[in-house]
Amino acid sequence: MSDTDTTFKLETDSALVQEYKYGFVSDVEADELPKGLNEDIVRAISAKKKEPEWMTEWRLKAFRRWQKKEYPRWAKVQYPPIDYQDIRYYSAPKNTLKSGGEVDPELAKTFEKLGIPIEERNHLAGVAVDAVFDSMSIATTHREMLAEKGIIFCSMSEALQHHPDLVRKYLGTVVPPGDNFYAALNSAVFSDGSFCFIPKGVRCPVELSTYFRINARDTGQFERTLIVAEEGAYVSYIEGCTAPQRDNNQLHAAVVELIALEGAQIKYSTVQNWYAGDENGQGGIYNFVTKRGHCRGANSKISWTQVEVGAAITWKYPSVILEGDNSVGEFYSVAFTNKKMQADTGTKMVHIGKNTSSTIISKGISAGESANSYRGLVRVLPSALNARNHTCCDSMLIGDTCSANTYPVIEAETSTAIIEHEATTSKISEEQLFYVQSRGIDEESATSLIVNGFCKDVFKELPLEFSVEAIKLLELKLEHSVG
Amino acid sequence: MSEKTPFFEIRNLHAKTEDKAILKGVNLTILPGETHALMGPNGSGKSTLSNVIMGHPAYEVTDGEVIFQGQNILELDPDARARLGLFLAFQYPVAIPGISVAKFLKSAADARFGQGTIKPAQFIKQLREDMKFLEMSEAFINRFLNDGFSGGEKKRMEILQMLTLKPVLAVMDETDSGLDIDALRIVSKGVNRMVGPNFGLLVITHYERILRYIAPSHLHVLIDGQVAMSGGPDLVKEVEKNGYDWIREKFGKEVLV
Repeated sequence: MSDTDTTFKLETDSALVQEYKYGFVSDVEADELPKGLNEDIVRAISAKKKEPEWMTEWRLKAFRRWQKKEYPRWAKVQYPPIDYQDIRYYSAPKNTLKSGGEVDPELAKTFEKLGIPIEERNHLAGVAVDAVFDSMSIATTHREMLAEKGIIFCSMSEALQHHPDLVRKYLGTVVPPGDNFYAALNSAVFSDGSFCFIPKGVRCPVELSTYFRINARDTGQFERTLIVAEEGAYVSYIEGCTAPQRDNNQLHAAVVELIALEGAQIKYSTVQNWYAGDENGQGGIYNFVTKRGHCRGANSKISWTQVEVGAAITWKYPSVILEGDNSVGEFYSVAFTNKKMQADTGTKMVHIGKNTSSTIISKGISAGESANSYRGLVRVLPSALNARNHTCCDSMLIGDTCSANTYPVIEAETSTAIIEHEATTSKISEEQLFYVQSRGIDEESATSLIVNGFCKDVFKELPLEFSVEAIKLLELKLEHSVG
Repeated sequence: MSEKTPFFEIRNLHAKTEDKAILKGVNLTILPGETHALMGPNGSGKSTLSNVIMGHPAYEVTDGEVIFQGQNILELDPDARARLGLFLAFQYPVAIPGISVAKFLKSAADARFGQGTIKPAQFIKQLREDMKFLEMSEAFINRFLNDGFSGGEKKRMEILQMLTLKPVLAVMDETDSGLDIDALRIVSKGVNRMVGPNFGLLVITHYERILRYIAPSHLHVLIDGQVAMSGGPDLVKEVEKNGYDWIREKFGKEVLV
């Protein structure tokens, strides 16, 4: 087995010389809408996507709600007000396909460079990939094999055209258009993303994966992902992201909705490596994302695993609504911040059904002058008899100029709930470093070893190849934060 | 280098921590094949000496040299000292959660002997044999390093690391403290496997008990940051019988007990 065909290659050794090796810009002719946001732009996006009438209306309704909303100020992140009229909401590569149905070589090259081969001959074994470039899905691999099992895995635009009833049935049922400022914005202008539908009783045989790439300048990326697992179905989905290195900030406001019916399981893994800006905090992606799962049926399970190592600002709380009896929600997170990065991330577990249980394992690592906060809510409603939660939030500080904060909130409205909460904050210990170094391992490798050990409980939740890449990626990020 | 070249020599070593002078001119020479014991009352600077030899960042060397393998190692980082063949068995080994014993030892062995020098299968085989020798359960291979280990298990793990990394000079910082008689026997068995003509050993201890298992050729008594007296095996018996006071008097210094 060679590396290239079995792993989702986010890093290679040659990348070690470069701090952020995804900072390149692809020269692709774009089909763009003018900057700015109004009802005409929303209509134009919908028209570009050839969407049904109801969808256009849905977007417009979301847009009107967004206009009345305030952006959230409660997070521990600071940034100047965003001028929403100075953002381009639609930019798509003009020629995605050459005659004969081959993917445009420049685009294929871009994804190749990112380690995501999208041409048929180079497909990754065991992973079906949907590649999203700015506002458009470029290619989805392994389609026929999935179709045989009744699995739908395609871009959201295609889903709206070919499976409108399914989309209509589920879209916005977990994250309503008016949920929050960024979710409303996304609902109005989302351009692409992935749609996955796993029918009753089917176990998806490969990992489904979407790779998001922001390329165009001054363009926001607003993708929408919807995953539905019917009764007894299983799917593991992985998401990766990168963007070019630019001096101005770019907005990424995604919405992800997961729906698990009775006995279904959805495992959602993210490795987020958006461009994070430079030492002075110049540039980088604003990663303002709403992710929520709904365990709708009994005995269902939704598991979020995230490794967040990029983005200038992260505002993200993948959550689970545990409505079905005996349903299970999990959140495993590693958030690494460096330089002037700011991360305010965590989860919400809302227990509604009986005997529901949730696990939260959060590992925050801060270096440089960064700020890293965990924010979590565990809410147990009166109906959630015998609900259980176990939370463990650990923070590690590297150096003296970074900060870590933990804001856990527990609201239990039943006396039968069992809720455990552990939290630690530690400086990477001088004694640990000395001990490891005393065995011949240099300071950088020693730090990396200790941090990897610290994140072990989360990394082991990732699909195997992805976990190897996540470890390498974290090592690479650490190289520039020691000493 | 002839066989008796002093490959390890501490010269006039002075060190302090947070403005408190602890070592005040330590001199000590170890030749290959020799086992030295270092004893002394609480607060005399024994553990500081072992930490300074290995390069703990909390201590500042204010004067003197530590010569090992022909160079002054005080200028080197702890990892570079280890790669030269220096080893410290810690008095209080720390835990590294999430990193298995096998992974840690393989990383350390790769650092010491060069990446790729030891094949993984061969490495694990040797590790299993060494663990058996130290009467450790094989399950330790996959446990996280020192995480939840008992005091005795941690000390055995230190000796396992020593056997794996094959140092040429080892310093044992009160490895015997807190060990029951069986554990002491096992630890000593491990150490004695290392002892040979090309290996130097410095055993720092409070109790002469371990010296019945690891026979030192030399004994030094550290008092108030200096070697107050050195001698052969006979000195061990005298210390056992009469304590340190007579040495202190002879040395002519006021020392806090």
